[in-house]
Amino acid sequence: MNPDERIGPSTNEVIIIEKIAKQYRLGQIGTGTLSHDINRWWHQIRGKADPYAKIGEENDRTKKGISAYVWALSDISFQVKQGEVVGIIGKNGAGKSTLLKILSRVTSPSSGIIKAKGRIASLLEVGTGFHPEMTGKENIYMNGTIMGMTRREIDSKLEEIVSFAGVERYLDTPVKRYSSGMKVRLGFAVAAHLDPEILVIDEVLAVGDAEFQKKAIGKIQDISTEMGRTILFVSHNMASVRNLCDRVILLENGKVAYDGEVEGGIDLYLHSSNIQETFEKTWSMTNTGENEVFVKKIFIHDYNGIFIENTSEIKIGFHLSILRQCYKLFLGIKIEDSQGNILIMSSSDECEMNVIEELGIGQNHEIIVKVPGKIIKPGKYYIGFVLRESVSNTIYHKEERVISFNADDTITYKGVNKRYRSKAMISPEVKFEIHHG
Amino acid sequence: MNQNSHFNIVIKPKNNNFGLRISEVWSYRDLLRMFIRRDFITYYKQTILGPLWFFIQPIFTTIIFMFVFGNLAGIPTDGIPKPLFYMAGITLWNYFSDCLNKTSTVFKANQQIFSKVYFPRLITPLSIVISSLIKLGIQMILLFFLWGYFKYTMPQSVSPNLTIFLAPILIIMLAALGLGLGMIISSLTTKYRDLVFLLQFGIQLLMYATPVIYPLSETPPKYRWLIELNPVTPIIETFRHGLLGQGNLSWLSLFYSLGIIIISLLFGAYIFNKTEKTFVDTV
Repeated sequence: MNPDERIGPSTNEVIIIEKIAKQYRLGQIGTGTLSHDINRWWHQIRGKADPYAKIGEENDRTKKGISAYVWALSDISFQVKQGEVVGIIGKNGAGKSTLLKILSRVTSPSSGIIKAKGRIASLLEVGTGFHPEMTGKENIYMNGTIMGMTRREIDSKLEEIVSFAGVERYLDTPVKRYSSGMKVRLGFAVAAHLDPEILVIDEVLAVGDAEFQKKAIGKIQDISTEMGRTILFVSHNMASVRNLCDRVILLENGKVAYDGEVEGGIDLYLHSSNIQETFEKTWSMTNTGENEVFVKKIFIHDYNGIFIENTSEIKIGFHLSILRQCYKLFLGIKIEDSQGNILIMSSSDECEMNVIEELGIGQNHEIIVKVPGKIIKPGKYYIGFVLRESVSNTIYHKEERVISFNADDTITYKGVNKRYRSKAMISPEVKFEIHHG
Repeated sequence: MNQNSHFNIVIKPKNNNFGLRISEVWSYRDLLRMFIRRDFITYYKQTILGPLWFFIQPIFTTIIFMFVFGNLAGIPTDGIPKPLFYMAGITLWNYFSDCLNKTSTVFKANQQIFSKVYFPRLITPLSIVISSLIKLGIQMILLFFLWGYFKYTMPQSVSPNLTIFLAPILIIMLAALGLGLGMIISSLTTKYRDLVFLLQFGIQLLMYATPVIYPLSETPPKYRWLIELNPVTPIIETFRHGLLGQGNLSWLSLFYSLGIIIISLLFGAYIFNKTEKTFVDTV
């Protein structure tokens, strides 16, 4: 490629995707495929259209298809410019992975064409090709060459890779003795030093501990901002999409549903995916294991399933059913983020007065738990609870991540650079005042 | 637009299916080297005898063959000392069956890697053929020592001739045949699994249809054409002819063999290229 194209973002397209479609066959492979193959081949040699291509339909997992073939992707077209970081989001089954697989040339499209400039490195997995019997160093070479590096390139980057992974001491130890975290670090370290013109990443950040994830995100940011590389990033984690990307493509049922500015895409994604999500759940006595004390219903007050302004209070409602006398009953709640970090854990017995303890026998006790929303940063959160008796230490009813809600601050913080703010753990309202001596 | 000329990667539903894309394979030669290294390093790791296994296999097979086919069945060996006769056949046959066996499972065995990263898939069968060559080389040394022993003790029974200089070509032919057939089988097994079972006993049976345990001259004339149909037959016969002075040297059958090899390589490359593009969807 032209050397001057490498410097900074330019208007040059580095990837052009035109009308990409991918058809899959559903169900058991091996029953009838030979006859289908022969039939298809018979049509082909007579110059007729593929008889199975016609009956494909939109890929919607919720509806049972009539045909045995589905289109995992249909009519995908977009272009990516040099230096752009594009987030590809969408529900499970929307076609994200299929698109990445085609871009990584692991599988080929059924129709359409993709043109790209430079080297495409795909990170569908970290540490591909690691062999447990080989040493760390040998595996760096193994993995690096699989990803398309030459031996000489690896030679020159070996020190950097080793120090990034932090495995200096174990370089001559077989990888089978490595902890899983070390393996991931080593794999990512190799990938991070690939230095391709186009990098395709598939949620590899979901592995490893928090510290490593931070390091990984940082490295990807370096690759995009300092080296001006083009990145396609598939993720379910809206926080990292916000963090990294400057453009979002939303896939829905194998089609491009949105292509443009990050916030708009995320909004649309959360909106469309939340409609089917649970922000309310109910139980009866039979499905809690014949419990006499249980939560009948949990829900979020004043929540239409789309957004909660994180500037307001989050009100979690409980309907409790208590059919026997309890001593020192309490209710605990837990709020986790999408990565499983526990943000808030609190229980009613920590309060000055445990209101739950006061409850007598009854079918419909209504409790409202108020959590200050102002400290939560934008993102998706999950609520869990426990209903427990402290004297006998009996757990009556416990659920993890039963309902979820989305916190966002589209109104209040408009204009502020959210990309930087979403790096913070919490997002309380901080006041800046002039102090008059 | 002239901008298009910069696009070095083009992803389309169908590529030219006959090409082996040697230039692309060449650019990944370091990976080829790593695969060979991996095979070698990991083959005998955590075994007590280590690389000694390279010797144990042919020695024991030779002993068993001497007992079963030489003594019990009494199959003559054209006046060549039995150990030498069998080992010459076994060494070459094992190389061929190794190549065929291992290349025919490349897609299945490398499914994990293939579904995650792109590289010219041809690298994997090539690495198998080459790393098996190392084993063959070591076993050739053993064969050479055995040959030297018999040449020294009974010089009249072993009479090598210039044909032995064809040996490297014969080995390349075996490798190419193993590669070609292996590519065909591996491609077909991704969709039709029955072939795995067929191959397992097929290779065993094929050995009996190859002059490994008997010389071609001992086959009944009525069925000889069947044995001669086997493209491995002229290769082993020529090798024995050059090394031991016995065996059938026929340029015609050698060229027949070469023809089969070229056809299997071309067809193998075609079907392998076709499969590598979609196999991730079918396994």
